[in-house]
Amino acid sequence: MIAHVHHENINYLKASKGLKNWLVTVDHKRIGMMYLASILCFFIAGGTFAGLFRFELWSPLKEFLTPDQYNQFFTLHGVIMVFLVVVPGIPAALGNFILPIQIGAKDLAFPKLNLTSLYLYWIGAAIALYSIVAGHADQGWTMYAPYSLSRNPAVLWMMIAAFILGFSSILTGLNFIVTMHNMRAPGMTWYRMPLFLWAMYATGIMQIFATPVLAITLLLLLMENFFGIGIFDPALGGDPLLMQHFFWFYSHPAVYIIVVPGFGIASEVIACFSKKDIFGYRFVAYSSVAIAIIGFVVWGHHMFVAGQSELADSIFSFLTFFTAVPSAIKVFNWTATLYKGSIELRTPMLYALQFLFNFTIGGLTGIILAILSVDIHLHDTYFVVSHFHYVAMGSTMIAFIAGIHYWWPKMTGKMYNETVGQIAAILVFIGFNVTFFVQLIMGSQGSPRRYYHYMDQFQIHHQISTIGFVILASGLFLALGNLIASFFNKSVAPANPWGAKTLEWQTDSPPPLYNFKETPVVTHGPYAFETEKA
Amino acid sequence: MATASTGLPEHHVAHHFDSADQEFDSVKTGMWLFLASEIMMFGALFVGALVFMTLHPAAFREGAHHLDWRMGAINTFFLLTSGLTMGLAVIAAQAGQQSKVRANIILSLVLASGFLVVKTIEYSLKIHHGTLPGRLWHGEGFHDPFVHVFYGFYFVMTGLHGLHVLIGMGLMIFALIRSTKVRFNRGYFTPVEMVALYWALVDLVWVFLFPLLYLIG
Ligand SMILES: [Cu+2]
Repeated sequence: MIAHVHHENINYLKASKGLKNWLVTVDHKRIGMMYLASILCFFIAGGTFAGLFRFELWSPLKEFLTPDQYNQFFTLHGVIMVFLVVVPGIPAALGNFILPIQIGAKDLAFPKLNLTSLYLYWIGAAIALYSIVAGHADQGWTMYAPYSLSRNPAVLWMMIAAFILGFSSILTGLNFIVTMHNMRAPGMTWYRMPLFLWAMYATGIMQIFATPVLAITLLLLLMENFFGIGIFDPALGGDPLLMQHFFWFYSHPAVYIIVVPGFGIASEVIACFSKKDIFGYRFVAYSSVAIAIIGFVVWGHHMFVAGQSELADSIFSFLTFFTAVPSAIKVFNWTATLYKGSIELRTPMLYALQFLFNFTIGGLTGIILAILSVDIHLHDTYFVVSHFHYVAMGSTMIAFIAGIHYWWPKMTGKMYNETVGQIAAILVFIGFNVTFFVQLIMGSQGSPRRYYHYMDQFQIHHQISTIGFVILASGLFLALGNLIASFFNKSVAPANPWGAKTLEWQTDSPPPLYNFKETPVVTHGPYAFETEKA
Repeated sequence: MATASTGLPEHHVAHHFDSADQEFDSVKTGMWLFLASEIMMFGALFVGALVFMTLHPAAFREGAHHLDWRMGAINTFFLLTSGLTMGLAVIAAQAGQQSKVRANIILSLVLASGFLVVKTIEYSLKIHHGTLPGRLWHGEGFHDPFVHVFYGFYFVMTGLHGLHVLIGMGLMIFALIRSTKVRFNRGYFTPVEMVALYWALVDLVWVFLFPLLYLIG
């Protein structure tokens, strides 16, 4: 009995050793760490492809890639970054690790299902990588019919990969929601849950209800390729627009699957480093859920020029403006939280502030694109590219990096070098904005996206953007190197280095196998800094 | 038999749950969410079929006419009855009547197999008449040029549903095996309940598929 108790109190990294024990683990913390490592590898891979075509665009003529390779590289960049990095990203890596601890549970509700999700992710990723050597995938990440119906093996493998990754995503979302409903510790009411968890909840809803539509779309595309069933193929009497509707019915909510987890991290970090309760906690919590719901009825804004009726165009344009409301509520509440807070500019906070800045630009450019008449001018220009990079990279990935720095001491038990972390954060901020702000300008001047050649007048824009990329990449590698270097740091991180109030900081760093030595009893909200002072 | 079932061990709650209730509620919430996800998947297919019906009403009607509604009706009977026997299995499990649980699950399995037999007959008739989707189509004597798209929907929808029938049967066998290993009672009947819930989805989808494909027109 004594030996048993002892075993449970050992930290999760030391509980058992060896690769095999990691591969068959059902511990949510280890699964989260394996996700984190995998996702960071793919982030580097996707970024490398971006770098290659960014350098190719140094001049309007050929640098070192053929037009064919250029098309493949932006496809690979898109597919890897969307399906393997930003969609699974925050929930699979940080959500997995943090969610059960933040509600005071021993694990997720279905630990084996969680491991299954990870393996589905790996299988999907392996197939996606195989599609690179299977042929030329140059259809872009959207896989529109009829171009995607040409029985191109690379495209087929990519669809199979996305199908499998979709299931991985559904199972993760399901596991999270069940856990939040049924596994909360005594005293952990819904309104005492950290806002990160509200964000995970909203994300889970979207994963469960939107992803199956992507799954069926991919299944139909595969059937179409193998048997020519004619449902999407105009040559056989089918309707290619139907495919686009299905695709965006998933892929617009997917935008929120990508960005809502980022909101969650921003809330945690901003509250912690302002040492204040989040202003309007319930508004921030509900706005995540509101975004999840509104996100289901705006998909048609991706099809303004695809030939849907003008009435549908106007309705979708109108509804899209509504999505700005909950996002704006969040931005105002975060800003109000900062106001008169005792702000500490630690590394995670620097990223959280970047997130606020970038997300404001990403959101505002989104509203501009929702205006019908403007969109028809800006459609398929670099303006759109820049807009969604401000959201996916500038907001989600930056929030992800904020979260990694915030929870790093908890996950690994190690502190990284603060000064190096801050320098990296500043480089990332400058690099990202140099890369993408200039793309807003060239897009508004009409430079179309995805072209290999471009007009001479845009060369200076492309060159500035490429220089920005170099700054961004050096910032990211510096941050990564700093985190890896922390493993060689002999001292152990304290349980609560930031003085945060949420539950994960009330247990050891790194946490014991079952997270807490005793099930915690919750008596206050997640950001009860004020009561402490009084 | 009765002594054998009372001799079965009780179910053990997994270590990360605090109580049997918490475990049961979790599994149940998870199942409902999974079913919601399935409904979204089939729902998209139904929307697609309805869009095709509005675009090519004549093709849809002609295709539907060439399906035998009697076979569909027999299968509807098979599925609804098996839904009933699965429900009875749940009631028996709550009452701890181990052998009654087994009898009802076996009955459900027989009915589900009946469904698959009829479906196989239908498919082989389609192959014989060449009424296959898209490129495989070589049906003769049809007026509308787009009837093959109807059969595209027919095969995808019934095929996906048939796959769910197969999975459901696999789950029934799983519950059958569980019934020989663990004692069911009011506090623990989770496997039977979950299989029954899944089977209810299989029923539900068919209840919409049957009129859409066989009866319209
Ligand atoms: Cu959208």
